[in-house]
Amino acid sequence: MRSPFLTALGTRFSPAQLLIGAAQLTSFESDGLTAFRARPIAVVIAESREDVVKAVCLCRDHGVPFVARGSGTSLSGGSVPVNGGIVIALNRLNRVLRIDPVRRIAVVEPGVVNLTVSQLAARHRLYYAPDPSSQSICTIGGNVAFNAGGAHCLKYGMTSNHVLGLTAVLPDGSVVELGGESLEGAGPDLHGLFVGNEGLFGVAVEITLRLLPIPEIYRTVLAAYDRVEDAGEAVSRIVASGLLPGAMEIMDRLAIEAAEAAVHAGYPPDANAILIVELEGERSVVDLDFARLNEIIRLSGPREVRVARDNAERLLFWKGRKSAFSAVGRLSPDYIVQDGVVPRSRLGEALGEIGRMGRERGIRVANVFHAGDGNLHPLILYDGRESGALEKAEKLAGDILRLCLRLGGSITGEHGVGMEKREYLAEMFTPTDIEVMHRLHRAIDPKGLSNSGKMFPTGEAPALTAHGPHPLERAGVISRE
Amino acid sequence: MSTMASVAEPSVPAPKSVAEVVDLVAKTPKVIAVGAGTKPVLSSIPGGCAPITMRSLSGIVEYDPGELTFTALAGTPIEEIGAALARHGQYLPFDPPFARAGATLGGTIAAGLSGAGRQRYGGVRDFILGIRFISGLGEQVRGGGKVVKNAAGFDLPKLFVGSLGRLGILVEATFKVFPRPRAFATLCFASENISEALQLIENLKTGSFDFEAVEILPDQSAIAVRLGGPAESFAARMAAAERAACRPASRLLNDADAAFWQNLEPAIPASAGSILAKVPLTTTDIPAFDSALAAAGARRRYSAGGNVAWIEWNLGFEALESALRGRGLSGLALAGPAPRPMIGAIRGETFLSRVKAALDPNNRFPEF
Repeated sequence: MRSPFLTALGTRFSPAQLLIGAAQLTSFESDGLTAFRARPIAVVIAESREDVVKAVCLCRDHGVPFVARGSGTSLSGGSVPVNGGIVIALNRLNRVLRIDPVRRIAVVEPGVVNLTVSQLAARHRLYYAPDPSSQSICTIGGNVAFNAGGAHCLKYGMTSNHVLGLTAVLPDGSVVELGGESLEGAGPDLHGLFVGNEGLFGVAVEITLRLLPIPEIYRTVLAAYDRVEDAGEAVSRIVASGLLPGAMEIMDRLAIEAAEAAVHAGYPPDANAILIVELEGERSVVDLDFARLNEIIRLSGPREVRVARDNAERLLFWKGRKSAFSAVGRLSPDYIVQDGVVPRSRLGEALGEIGRMGRERGIRVANVFHAGDGNLHPLILYDGRESGALEKAEKLAGDILRLCLRLGGSITGEHGVGMEKREYLAEMFTPTDIEVMHRLHRAIDPKGLSNSGKMFPTGEAPALTAHGPHPLERAGVISRE
Repeated sequence: MSTMASVAEPSVPAPKSVAEVVDLVAKTPKVIAVGAGTKPVLSSIPGGCAPITMRSLSGIVEYDPGELTFTALAGTPIEEIGAALARHGQYLPFDPPFARAGATLGGTIAAGLSGAGRQRYGGVRDFILGIRFISGLGEQVRGGGKVVKNAAGFDLPKLFVGSLGRLGILVEATFKVFPRPRAFATLCFASENISEALQLIENLKTGSFDFEAVEILPDQSAIAVRLGGPAESFAARMAAAERAACRPASRLLNDADAAFWQNLEPAIPASAGSILAKVPLTTTDIPAFDSALAAAGARRRYSAGGNVAWIEWNLGFEALESALRGRGLSGLALAGPAPRPMIGAIRGETFLSRVKAALDPNNRFPEF
């Protein structure tokens, strides 16, 4: 017997749009964080805004929870289904409705893949700045829900800095328009509040993005160091000099080894740390700034410095960096990607402490991080087949988050809280802060149906069952950043 | 009904600590916080409301130039912050307006105002990282964080940009700052009318220029663009911009550049009957809207490449509101005879009413 809810879904959606078979539902059980799994009772493949409204209204009427989902690349378990709930799949809601080169905006549906926006905007010499490592597969809808970041956040900000307006289906099925097409607003910044809501405020069905002109020139330098602290010190000197690079990335020894094994980027073989710094902008400015940058790097004691001679070499520098996460899979059957933030000046301290904790516990940790904005991504290696290994790795991951908080940072720079970090939200915010966020949530979703169970701490301990990389990751389609 | 200019009176409470703000909110059924009063419409006191002034809750709490962040109390004057940043070669790139008149950090956030410099890297919404505020229930609440990248919890800092003192009382904020370009230079291109001005801007867009500011100045029959960076780069870049624009420009360097932008900053209109308003729009709106403003005899300029109009309107609030509504625009009245700050509809009003109910369920702060 189908439940009245499934029967109602069946009358409104064709069999092609409604998945209910066990085999069909399996692929929606988890997302980029494979540690959490839950099987939805159905998946609605939305093909229009009206489909989303219909599905949300049915959930509202029947009190059934729903999770909107794009490509399922969340690393915080943000798109894991809710038990007894449905998934509203948005991948087919993937039209780029408009690219307006005069106003420099793109209007897109939530299922549009991040990189597609830049590819389509390129003919107007424009691009979409936020560039999470999964940008070739992750969707704008998911980027909006979790305020995705990338390698350029110090200078350009995160997703929220590039969303000008959006149309959202609220959890009660009503449709609201927030923000607009202008860079400026009057009255409270409601679209700013919506971005990063982790799906708790409903489903964005149309998003207006700001596009930026493609820089005239990029200049990229790679420096190898004997100690990771020296690379961190170089970053501090660059910031103190008044330069504002678009990206500053550091990889440690273990991460370099993994990247070399995976993509042969040709990184200096004996380096204990690699720093990649990139300047971009008008040629005459970048040329002058690049000379200063190289002088600062020369004085920072590198063992080797390479300047990208052309775009091919620049992309090679980046290829190693961007593949580092999935490459770590070559060093270990399992690993946890952590995402914490510390004040930039305390990066060295944080890395030293992470290394010490790892050594003490016999756990290998590779470090890849956005040094410009203090965003750490420690990769904690373990073997899920060893009894207790996952729990030990989880414990270390949690202790790293607490370290970030102790140093004055945040429990997440760009992955969001999701399922993974719910318990840590209460360590970053006071009970009053969380109560006020709860009130906001309840005011917008009184029944708690939209992606419920994410972000806020709960009493229940989730079951961890992960082993091995995500199937998409194994295929090299996504990477964990 | 509003009364004006009462915030400087000694009877207006001026809390010196966050705890005092909490006490005042708890014992005042209707309250609005004001700063230095540089935007008189925003600091006017709605009927039945008691004002409190945030002037004494002032000072930079933390500033580490190496972090490119600072934290300051809400009543801190923008000028004081700017001076502290300048000592380390840093700045708030969005040129907070009314700084020289004494505008405070909290007032700038609550008003949601950015100046000409918002063109390059974004406005107040793009530089705010964290806030502390007092809710309508007297709770002390923190949102966001103190680091330049953070995705934890709802983005309350952005919500408070433009909140007009109606969602909570800001007591502290953390901002990102940037290194200040070593030098600036400005190019002023003559443009006879608005369509020529817009065409000029289109032409300049073909050249991959990273302008710090792009202003359309109908009152001066000109557009102005500002360059920042090493002074050695200016000669080549100015020549390139003139080539892209297909015309020469008057070039302003050093003090002339600084004076030019100071003169452009919004200010309270000289005429008491004139309303100073900010109207967000896009370049598509400008041609028709500009004709209407010209016909109404309004002084005006379009900032951030045509994304916001600053208007001095002489024909009364209702006429301004209907001019905006007819075009699907809304705006913010800052000075002059206006019964309320918001002009026209707030987009997402139903969403906002739920947000308001969560943060200020008893309407201790004025309604929008």
